[in-house]
Amino acid sequence: RCFSIVRKPVKKVNVTFIDRNDEEIKVKAFVGDSLLEVAHANDVDLEGACEGTVACSTCHLIISEKHYDKIDEPPSEEELDMLDLAFGLTDTSRLGCQVIVTEQLENLTATVPKEHRDMRSD
Amino acid sequence: LFRHPEFPMHRVAARVCIVGGGPAGFYTAQNLLKLHPTVHVDIVEKLPVPYGLVRFGVAPDHPEVKNVINTFSKVANQNRCRFLGNINIGRDISLGTLQSFYNAVVFAYGAENDRELGIDGENHRDVISARQFVGWYNGYPGDVDFNPNLQGNTAVILGHGNVALDVARILLKSPDSLSKTDITDYSLRQLRNSCIKKVYLMGRRGPLQVSFTVKELREMTKLPGCSPVFDPADFEPIRASFTEIPRSRKRLTELMCKTAFDPPKQESGEREWILKFLSSPKKVVTDGKGALHGIEFELNQLDGHGRAIGTGKSVFVQCDLVVRSIGYKSVCIDPDIPFDDARGAILNEGGRVQKGLYCSGWVKTGPVGVIASTMNDAMDTAKALLDDMEQGEWPQRKRDEDLADVLKGIHHQVVLFENWEQIDKRELEMGCTLGKSREKVVNIAEMMELAFTGYLSK
Ligand SMILES: Cc1cc2nc3c(=O)[nH]c(=O)nc-3n(C[C@H](O)[C@H](O)[C@H](O)COP(=O)(O)OP(=O)(O)OC[C@H]3O[C@@H](n4cnc5c(N)ncnc54)[C@H](O)[C@@H]3O)c2cc1C
Ligand code: FES
Repeated sequence: RCFSIVRKPVKKVNVTFIDRNDEEIKVKAFVGDSLLEVAHANDVDLEGACEGTVACSTCHLIISEKHYDKIDEPPSEEELDMLDLAFGLTDTSRLGCQVIVTEQLENLTATVPKEHRDMRSD
Repeated sequence: LFRHPEFPMHRVAARVCIVGGGPAGFYTAQNLLKLHPTVHVDIVEKLPVPYGLVRFGVAPDHPEVKNVINTFSKVANQNRCRFLGNINIGRDISLGTLQSFYNAVVFAYGAENDRELGIDGENHRDVISARQFVGWYNGYPGDVDFNPNLQGNTAVILGHGNVALDVARILLKSPDSLSKTDITDYSLRQLRNSCIKKVYLMGRRGPLQVSFTVKELREMTKLPGCSPVFDPADFEPIRASFTEIPRSRKRLTELMCKTAFDPPKQESGEREWILKFLSSPKKVVTDGKGALHGIEFELNQLDGHGRAIGTGKSVFVQCDLVVRSIGYKSVCIDPDIPFDDARGAILNEGGRVQKGLYCSGWVKTGPVGVIASTMNDAMDTAKALLDDMEQGEWPQRKRDEDLADVLKGIHHQVVLFENWEQIDKRELEMGCTLGKSREKVVNIAEMMELAFTGYLSK
C-alpha cells in the first residue's frame, strides 16, 4: 500500500557556496528549499539564528549578480530592514532564509560574507 | 586553517573556560568546538539559568529573536561542552583560581551596569534606568521588586537606541498584545494598570545620529492606537543631503522623514510618542513635595563632526517618569583583569587580553550591536585563541582536578545543563497553564530547588 504513494520528483539545481575560508562547496539544491536550508543540509557554515523568521541577519549571503534578479521574490520591506544591519552588505545581498530555490537559479553562487566590523555604522 | 585536525595532540585535551553564558559565551564555545577536534569547553555562568540578555534583555514581544536559544542548547549538549551555572566569577572564585583549572579563560560576561547621566536629581525615585525596567519586565532576579511608578500620564525616555524603543513600546503597547508572551506575570498586571499615554524619546544629537535601527522604528510607527509625533522642522535640513547617506542608514532616515512629513493615519490615537532631538538633560525638577515635575534640557547644535554642542538655551519637559537609556557598561569582576574604565570594557587586541586570556561579546566591544554582531565577534575571539594554542603559546594547567568536582566537594551547588532543563520544563508548564509561551521563575532559591528536584516545595 505504501508504495502507491507516489512522491512527486523534486527537481534539483546546482548551487555553489563560497564559505568564510573561501572554499567552494558545490551542492545539489532541491527546488522549493530556501538557501539557508540548502546550506544546512550540506554542512555549509551559515548561521540562521532566528530560524528563518527575518529577525537576525545571520543568514546573509551575497548572490551572484546574474542570478540576483532571477530570484522569484524581490526582498520584502522586512528583509531589507534586516539587511541594513548585515555586515559586508552589497547590492546583491539577500537573507538566505528568504531565497527559495527555483530552476531559474541553476549555477547560482552564494558567498558567505567575511565579517568586517568596520562596515557597521555606529 | 582549523578545519582539519592538524593540531598536535596533547596527552590531555586542552580545557577552555568561558565566563558568561550569554550569546558571546555560546557562540565562542560553538566556534571553538567546531574549529578544534579535541578542546573541552566549560561555560561558567553566575546565574542558575543560561542565555544572558536573550532571556533578560530581548523584549517579550520579539520571540523570533529568541529562537537562537535552540542553537545555544545544541552547543551545550555537545560532548566536549558543559554549562556550569550558579558560579559567580570574581565572587565565588577568583580569576587566579579559575585559571589554575584551565589552559585558557574567555571573558564573555557582558555589560551589567548602566551609564549614568551625572545630573542633579538623577537619584529621584521616578528617574529609573532602562536596564532595570527591562530586567523588571523580563524577570531578572535582581529587578523583580523594582516596581516602577506608572501612575502618571507622561514618560520621558533619554536615549535614541533600540533599548529606548523597546521601553517605549512596552509602555505604549496594549497589554493584551503582550499577554501570550513570556513577559513576567507580575509586570503584565502592573502594565495593565499603567496610566502612561505619552512618551517622549529625547536624544542629544540629530536624526542622522540615532542608534536605533529601521526594523524597530518601523514597528513603533505601526503600533495600534498610538501615533508617532515627529517635528518636520527637524528633518528639513537633512532632506537635501539624502544622497550622501550610506545604505545602512538611508532607509532608516527615509522612514523618519516619511513619518515626519506624511504621518501614518491612525484610528483613535489616544496614545502617542514624540521623537525629539538635540536636547541634553541638565536637571531633574521636583515640585514642593519632592514629586517629579519634569526635566530641564539644554538645546544643542551639531558641529561638523556630528558632535553635540550646547547652545545655552534650555527647555523644560513636564513628565511623571524619566527612563535613562543611554547605554550599558561592563564592570571589572576581578582586580587581575586589565580593564578600561572609561570605555567600560576589557582591554584587548582582537579578543586577546594576554596569552591564555581572551574576551568576547559586549565585555570586549562595549555594549553595542545585536546578536549577529556578537556572533561575528565571537568567531574572531575563537580564532585568536586557537591561533595562540597552535603556536604552543599556552600556559599549562596548574591543577589536574575538575572545577565542578572541586566545587561540589565544598558543597557549592553547580547547575548543569540538565538541571537547567528542569527549570525550563517547569517554566514552559507554568506558561501553558497561564496561556503564555513561558512563565519565568524569577527567584534564585526557587530556580535552585527546581534545578535539583524538578519541584517547588511550596
Ligand atoms: C534590552 C536589550 C534588548 C536587546 N534586544 C535585542 C534584539 O532584539 N535582537 C538582537 O539581535 N540583539 C538584542 N540585544 C543585544 C544582545 O542582547 C547582545 O548583543 C548580546 O546579548 C551580547 O551578548 P554577551 O554574551 O556579550 O552579553 P550577555 O547577553 O549580557 O551575557 C553575559 C552573561 O554573563 C553572565 N555573567 C555576568 N557576570 C558574570 C560573572 N561574574 N561570572 C559568571 N557569569 C557572569 C551574565 O549573567 C550573562 O548571562 C538587546 C540588548 C538589550 C540590552
Ligand atoms: S535566519 Fe534569521 S533572518 Fe534568516
